[in-house]
Amino acid sequence: MKYALIVAAGNGHRMGNTNLPKQFLLLGSKPIIIHTIEQFLLNPNIDKILIGVSADWKNYFQDILNNYCPQTNKIDIYIGGENRNETIINGCNFIKNKYVIQDNDIIITHDAVRPFITSRIIDDNIEAVLKYDAVNTIIPANDTIVEANNENLITNIPIRNKMFLGQTPQSFKIKKLLNLYHNLSTEEKNILTDACKIFTLNNEKVYCVSGELFNFKITTIYDLKIAKAIIEGNIES
Amino acid sequence: MINIHYRLISPQLISSDFVDEDFNKYDLVVKPTYLSICKADQRYYQGTREKEILQEKLPMSLIHEAIGTIVYSKNKNFQPNDNVVLIPNVTTNNTTSIKDNYLNTSKFHGSNCDGFMQSYIFCQSNNVIKIPQNTPSMVLLELLSVVFNAINSISKITSLNEKSIAIYGDGSLSYITALVLYKILPSSNLTVIGKHNSKLDYFTFIKNIYTLDQLPRNLSFDCAFECVGGLGSERAINQIIDYINPQGYINLLGVNEDKVLINTRKVVEKGITIIGNSRSDYNDFLDSINFIEQFPNSLNYLEKIISDKIEIFSITDINKAFEIDHNNNFKTIMEWKI
Repeated sequence: MKYALIVAAGNGHRMGNTNLPKQFLLLGSKPIIIHTIEQFLLNPNIDKILIGVSADWKNYFQDILNNYCPQTNKIDIYIGGENRNETIINGCNFIKNKYVIQDNDIIITHDAVRPFITSRIIDDNIEAVLKYDAVNTIIPANDTIVEANNENLITNIPIRNKMFLGQTPQSFKIKKLLNLYHNLSTEEKNILTDACKIFTLNNEKVYCVSGELFNFKITTIYDLKIAKAIIEGNIES
Repeated sequence: MINIHYRLISPQLISSDFVDEDFNKYDLVVKPTYLSICKADQRYYQGTREKEILQEKLPMSLIHEAIGTIVYSKNKNFQPNDNVVLIPNVTTNNTTSIKDNYLNTSKFHGSNCDGFMQSYIFCQSNNVIKIPQNTPSMVLLELLSVVFNAINSISKITSLNEKSIAIYGDGSLSYITALVLYKILPSSNLTVIGKHNSKLDYFTFIKNIYTLDQLPRNLSFDCAFECVGGLGSERAINQIIDYINPQGYINLLGVNEDKVLINTRKVVEKGITIIGNSRSDYNDFLDSINFIEQFPNSLNYLEKIISDKIEIFSITDINKAFEIDHNNNFKTIMEWKI
């Protein structure tokens, strides 16, 4: 089975004068999260779509799903965690409890606030994760990456052509992800900033597929302005 | 849903445009699988159309020859995973006696609305027809439908049975015209006339093949299909007028950006009928699918005129496909994986 897992449990920092989490803000005719879900809904290679939301916003989300999304029996809603990785692990546990996890079952995890994902990226993730167990989506770094300390002093300037920006999806074989996560100590779990790090901390390889420049995360007002301008035809990427 | 329309914004420059599509407006969503490049698309891509036309039409997605797979359906006659051919002509509420493809209120994908170079095609159920398989040669159904439009047009005024018929041209349209006539009119006398021996060599199912400058003196025919278009059409049409029998029928299918001079004196002297043919409608597509089902080995012939099949993962690949097609003798198919 191929599961998509949309990470939508963040309440995040306020964007402008609203308490609405970013994923529920309108982009064009519908909330950002609905655009994201629809990309997975239309991909014939995805069997089920899990959406991890916070308990506070579950009813709100169910309502907008009913209002905006085409009717489908592919979607499961579950309660996410305190952070991104917990939401993913909670999703895997949800699958374990509701369905049977086979060795080759995979999960394509994706940020709810990246609505410009394409079917090519999804398909590349599926193809790669079946072969490599863990996949990250990346794009080249166009700007130079600089490492600096707390005193605003540069400590390192890595070689640019070896630097990439990590996007989502991040995809995993579910059984392996759960096993490797449970192998980590509490301290290691606490420093996890990224799901792929579950693999790298266990010295496991993570394969990379190409993302797209326009597969950006909508986190700031500026990002939202760009997203709105793109679909209203003012900026062509 | 945010759908990507890959639009030509100026000659040889394609961009991703993001369009907010409304599921509620459409019966179906189709994921294109194979697209075929037409000379009409090349005229936009290479920028050889008139400057005013380019300014009016662009930015626009190209391509009107495509097949795909249903990924979403609100219509009980179509299910996800059904394979379909996409009908480029879109007509709403035709209450006239004019055929949909000639109605000036009709839209045509890749001409006055976005073509099929999109991530997904949102459409109504009467803009697709189910096809038996999802293979590259099936994308030539659109060209087949154009041929059936022409055959159906002339069949309304005269019977083609046991007539002598000339097919002018050595490209894809001519090949398909000759193939269809060969299959459906076994008792007719068919002749193909073209310019390039290397292309005429593909017409293996036709006995009488000549180049333009080597026609037998006693050549004559009752009906001609002109599939030349472009710069060669003037010479071809006037040669047809010279050789055609009195009260013969000329079907024009070729497209030319410039006006063509023809010998109207001989047209009136001989009482020739000239019929213009363009595009096709739903029923012509049905005829094409019936043709494939009735003559399944015609698919093997159609495969012969696929010069290249190119996998498309990015805009760079689309540009590569158009550049390769520019030098191909026959059809270039894009396998749409973008």
